[in-house]
Amino acid sequence: MNQLLHGTLVLDFSQFLSGPSCGLRLADMGARVIKVERSGTGDICRQLYVSDTTLEGGESTIFHAVNRNKESYCINLKDENALHKIKKLMAKADVVIHNFRPGVMQKIGLDYPSVFRINPQIIYGEISGYGTEGEWSHLPGQDLLLQAVSGITYNNAEGTQSPVPLGVAVADIMAGTHLAQGILACLLQRLRDNKGAYVQISMLESLLDFQFEVLTRYLNKEDCNQMAGNVSDRLSEARLPDGIYKTADGFIAIANASLASIAQLEGCSSLKQCIDTKDLPRKTGQIKNLLAEAFSAKSTAAWLSILKEAHVCCTNVLNYEELLKSEGYKLLQMEQEVISGGIKVRTTRCPVWVDGQILASAKGAPALGEHNNAIDREFCL
Amino acid sequence: MKYLPLHGIVVLEFNQYYSGLCAGLRLADLGARVIKVEFESGSQQHCSSAIPQLEIKDDLTWQTLNRSKESFVVNPEVAGDRVCLQQLIREAQVIIHDFHIQQLQQLGLGYQEVKILNPTIVHTSISRLGDSGWKEACSNDVLAQATSGIAYTTGDATDPPTIIRFKISEYLTGNQAVQFIIAALIRAHKLGRGACLQLSLLETLLDLQFEFLTTYFHSDALPLRAAYKNAHPLLSAPYGIYQTSDGYIAIAMMPLHKLNQVLQSDELGNFSQAEAFSRRDEIKCIIGARLLTQPTHFWMKGFRALDLWVMPVLSWKDLRNCNGYKLLDMEFRVLMEGKKSFIATRCPITINGFRLKNDKPAPLKGEHTIVLKSTFLH
Repeated sequence: MNQLLHGTLVLDFSQFLSGPSCGLRLADMGARVIKVERSGTGDICRQLYVSDTTLEGGESTIFHAVNRNKESYCINLKDENALHKIKKLMAKADVVIHNFRPGVMQKIGLDYPSVFRINPQIIYGEISGYGTEGEWSHLPGQDLLLQAVSGITYNNAEGTQSPVPLGVAVADIMAGTHLAQGILACLLQRLRDNKGAYVQISMLESLLDFQFEVLTRYLNKEDCNQMAGNVSDRLSEARLPDGIYKTADGFIAIANASLASIAQLEGCSSLKQCIDTKDLPRKTGQIKNLLAEAFSAKSTAAWLSILKEAHVCCTNVLNYEELLKSEGYKLLQMEQEVISGGIKVRTTRCPVWVDGQILASAKGAPALGEHNNAIDREFCL
Repeated sequence: MKYLPLHGIVVLEFNQYYSGLCAGLRLADLGARVIKVEFESGSQQHCSSAIPQLEIKDDLTWQTLNRSKESFVVNPEVAGDRVCLQQLIREAQVIIHDFHIQQLQQLGLGYQEVKILNPTIVHTSISRLGDSGWKEACSNDVLAQATSGIAYTTGDATDPPTIIRFKISEYLTGNQAVQFIIAALIRAHKLGRGACLQLSLLETLLDLQFEFLTTYFHSDALPLRAAYKNAHPLLSAPYGIYQTSDGYIAIAMMPLHKLNQVLQSDELGNFSQAEAFSRRDEIKCIIGARLLTQPTHFWMKGFRALDLWVMPVLSWKDLRNCNGYKLLDMEFRVLMEGKKSFIATRCPITINGFRLKNDKPAPLKGEHTIVLKSTFLH
């Protein structure tokens, strides 16, 4: 049995992506995760349709990706009777998760001090956008907005380019991951001291931690200019020729290479004039142009064979269509099929192998309130 | 806080790359005793022959990634040292390594061997040269990004595929490892069973794209980056970062008519909400042109009044001057040998209101060898 958290009950009040991604990982590990959703609409993510795509029955693909392997308990949190049921459920739970703005859980009497009185052993985890105090604390914790504030969009831009956001929900995923780490550490501690704990994460702190290596450089080198690209040590001028290049018929990525080794290659001799000088930073533009010109002259396949011969790490750049067709992808067994409301939904699996096995579960995302009756009966609510 | 949650857990870290080093650092910040097992120069060469390049580039990076760890040096070619290492494995709860299979077996550190010494150990492999045989995609962050499809999420539609300029696969793989290591420690505590955990950069990046991939499986259409101010290929207008007359502003999801209450653009008024995705480039161009006409604070005032999802774009310099940043108390100073010091950032997890700042500097190579031998090796 590779279920690491078997027997752990999680009540997840969170919506959208950050908190639910934490719940998803705990579910992957074998915890029983019950989404507590408000009646009527439920998790807002249920209505978040992307790229005009919906599943059979008109449901959001994102919602299904992040809420597989969970149950749904739908309730009106403003109703006294319903609140009483939730408190009874909390008395039995091991973990509570929420990502409401600061103050919301307090208003309904479900903040940590209140829940502690019901269940002192509970591990209570919350995600905010910017922490619980100060001028930003009441603002919505939304991924792009946190990227904007955290400095990440300047550091993701090359040279003096306009800020470039990451096209993936990095703030949500990192905050969810850090919350899971904190919750798990406290669950382990509880096995030894029988005490509950309060775990707090903010998306801003999570994004600062994500940047910690380059941020530490910046903090300790007052004179380094963030915009000039010399702080971000990835693919900055010093790392040339690493990066992605257009070839005659596609794109190629190279890594851990040196300019000198590239200049030795067939068709790259024009680079030789640039590699001897100590004045590399000033020649960056010229080098980039020479590299672009050299790579565009041959096909991706031709370059892969030349570079591999020269022991340069390289690969062709894939889109999803090309990725899914490749042998390597099939070996990873990255996909699984889950059943949601009788419909088969194809999605991805947890990325970690435990005891030589992938963690898969056929349980799909729940319909709103799908498990109300069963949970009422089981917990005598 | 009297005890940190991972107090008493001993972790042996055999890591040379960013992912494993991040994992060790987080475990140390949460209270584990993290011992870097390093090899003496002779054996280091023997081990590193297949490793193209170590990640550590300079002293500050070394300090940043190895703060709050200890260092134990062994020479695996010396019988006495091998006995020491075996004894250390018996005393530890966790092993993290990023060797590839041949190196691992040469060193006798494979799960099957280690399990004989310590049946409850949590053995964690962050594979480099790919157990799956997909060598390139697993060896390096840039190549993992290029292979995983993520290069088509960032940048605009007209840009070439774009690498995210952070070691995102490395960082996230290390962080995934931490979650599973602690979960496996929970099971070990309850059931007395060890665990074998395996992670790779590529699987981590595919999981990170779960919303894209699930959408792709059901639409069969490749995600298309916006041609103008792309911020997320799946999301409709106005989602993006725009220039104002004096800076940049980030606009998240909101109904177009709400947005237009602030922008007051006749052109924008011609579009319906149903067109927010299918005609997002046209719509975003109109928004971009309008936002350029006024400074950031002017627009912010309008957006704030309607509680819309908008923030100014900050650099680190701007951010450090904000009260919201100062209240987070992210920075702390680590004192090193010889009165030198550096500013580090703390662990992002707050437990019982307690902020975790482990200010023990990174170890000198072999600094703790003698102490560890006398503690563990009787």
